[in-house]
Amino acid sequence: MAGHANADLAEAFADEPAFVPYLAAGDPDYEASLEYVEALARGGADVIELGLPFSEPIAEGSTIQSAIVRSLEGGMTPDRFFEFVGDLDVDVPLVCMTYYNLIYQYGAESGPRPFVERAAAAGLSGFVVPDLPAEEAGPLREACDEFGLDLVFIVAPTTRGDRLDQIMSQVSGYVYVQARLGVTGAKDDVSGQTEESLERIAEYDVPKAVGFGIKTGDHAERIVGAGADGIIVGSVLVDIVGDGTERGDSTETIAERLESKARELKQGALRGYEQRVPQAEGK
Amino acid sequence: MTQKYADGKFGEYGGQYVPEVLMPAIEELTDAYERYVLENEDGFMDEFRARLRDFGGRPTPTQYAERLSERYDREVYLKREDLLHGGAHKLNNALGQVLLAKYMGKERIVAETGAGQHGTATAMAAAHLDMPCEIYMGERDINRQRPNVFRMRLNGSAVNPVTTGRGTLKEAISETMRDWATNVEDTHYVIGSIVGPHPFPAMVRDFQAVISEEARRQLDEQTGGLPDAVLACAGGGSNTMGTFANFVDDDGVELYAVEAGGSSLEVDEEEGVAPNSASLSTGEEGVLHGARTKVLQDSDGQIMESHSVSAGLDYAGVGPELARLVDDGRVQAVNVGDVSALEGFHRLSQLEGIIPALETAHAFGYLEEHSEELGETIVVNVSGRGDKDLETVIEETEKRDIENAPSMAEFSGGI
Repeated sequence: MAGHANADLAEAFADEPAFVPYLAAGDPDYEASLEYVEALARGGADVIELGLPFSEPIAEGSTIQSAIVRSLEGGMTPDRFFEFVGDLDVDVPLVCMTYYNLIYQYGAESGPRPFVERAAAAGLSGFVVPDLPAEEAGPLREACDEFGLDLVFIVAPTTRGDRLDQIMSQVSGYVYVQARLGVTGAKDDVSGQTEESLERIAEYDVPKAVGFGIKTGDHAERIVGAGADGIIVGSVLVDIVGDGTERGDSTETIAERLESKARELKQGALRGYEQRVPQAEGK
Repeated sequence: MTQKYADGKFGEYGGQYVPEVLMPAIEELTDAYERYVLENEDGFMDEFRARLRDFGGRPTPTQYAERLSERYDREVYLKREDLLHGGAHKLNNALGQVLLAKYMGKERIVAETGAGQHGTATAMAAAHLDMPCEIYMGERDINRQRPNVFRMRLNGSAVNPVTTGRGTLKEAISETMRDWATNVEDTHYVIGSIVGPHPFPAMVRDFQAVISEEARRQLDEQTGGLPDAVLACAGGGSNTMGTFANFVDDDGVELYAVEAGGSSLEVDEEEGVAPNSASLSTGEEGVLHGARTKVLQDSDGQIMESHSVSAGLDYAGVGPELARLVDDGRVQAVNVGDVSALEGFHRLSQLEGIIPALETAHAFGYLEEHSEELGETIVVNVSGRGDKDLETVIEETEKRDIENAPSMAEFSGGI
């Protein structure tokens, strides 16, 4: 990891496969969203990715786009987001997932430093920035190093060769393995590209978390069974929030559904791990 | 053919702010741009020029505008990009990129469109070069640019409505990027302006630079010299940069990028709405759609919803090269509002017998207001013709008190 390991993220992957759920902070409103994120922690989350909504989310499919619209309409802003992180009662590391313009614009001076400084003060552990490839990440990487935060990069099915080395020399915490081409969104199958992608990065010494399209405990089991150190799940959880909100279900009911879905996904990941462990012990 | 900024950085502007999944395709495109466009490998540029001539109808004339010249007591010349096949400058870029996609072995084209001019040009180029094509267009734009929707369909392209946000160009670009991220291995994204990640801003400028290459030569043939001022409307900035590219090094030629001032230059931060599209004049540095550039945004960095009576200028960002040229003082960023643009539309229609696109009409609005500051010889780029805008113009003219507009009351019932 080229000396970039900063915070406690990698540790969350140390003992068993990590379950990394995503929700957009403030979806559909501040108070309910606190409940939803805490429900994920109760359901077994090891790390939580919190979306700070940006108006032009070019890497998101329709599910997360809708969550972003709800959150923005609910009044979410970068400053409210940092308050939100402070108000959360969870004891797992939190990663901020957002787009570069919000990071770049924050604070009096332009550039990523004020945002990272504020994020560190709020207790965040790292960032995922879907529109920031390794080529443009220098200033953010520098600020993360200064304040002791991790910077997670996405490796796509199309990433190969020099690009892979360049990403792996900058990544810290965990690498986000994009399981399929396209944008975020729950799918009914496990992408055949997953195993190939995991193989391509097997030699790098950084936890590998697979995301894009994971929907069930069964998917989680197969992906961890294929060698992933963790699973990242967003859209299926966002759908629980979106559908429940639309139906007018109570915050409590929606939180229970999230907790139960989280448990299913975490258990699936653990089953996948058990399939691999005998092999590991046999070495 | 200019080769400036081949590294994709225009000072602090430009760059490649896109999801990792697209980066390998962008590297592949950069390589293709350098080989085929800059080096003319396999005679790419020769074929491009030949097709622009035979299919597109180039060169377009630079025409002396007698009555405007008389009105302003200046020599006014019109670069007639409205006479290019399809009725706008957009074909220069669309044909170049679809041809490049073929050279790259791509099998499918996607494109966004605002006013529908780029979508139309891409659909024509795709039919001409036998490539399957899908166009993303905001729902609001579909409603205000129906003739272009029909033209795209007639050329065999699929038109996919985009319903997110306000349903205009910004959302259409985001949605096309999502399609590209999903189908990146066999698909080329024909971006419609000098925006997006490198190499798009440089490549689109190079395809559009034929406008100023011709205009510079044609004006010299007619006047024996260079103009004092060159005017072009500016949304994303492709006709602007195409019209300026070969004049940038001519220090005596003033370059004016005329933006849409909309109904007001004020912004409503609470609602996230800027009732204009004047990102060069009023925007702040930010990152949008793959590039660092001047952007209409709120203090948090959320992108504002822009507005203009003309769909083609209705965009919250602008090409990074134009942002740089404005910061350098080489290009003057100016703007006129909806009313001035509508008056310009009617004026050009009546005085010169040319019905311009509403986008183009902004340049004529500025000419009317500032002709005395523009020197003796002025070139205005007529970026497109206005047939697509007739319904909008009649409706918007009736809503306002446009002094020089003819009455349409006796033909009630629409067109």
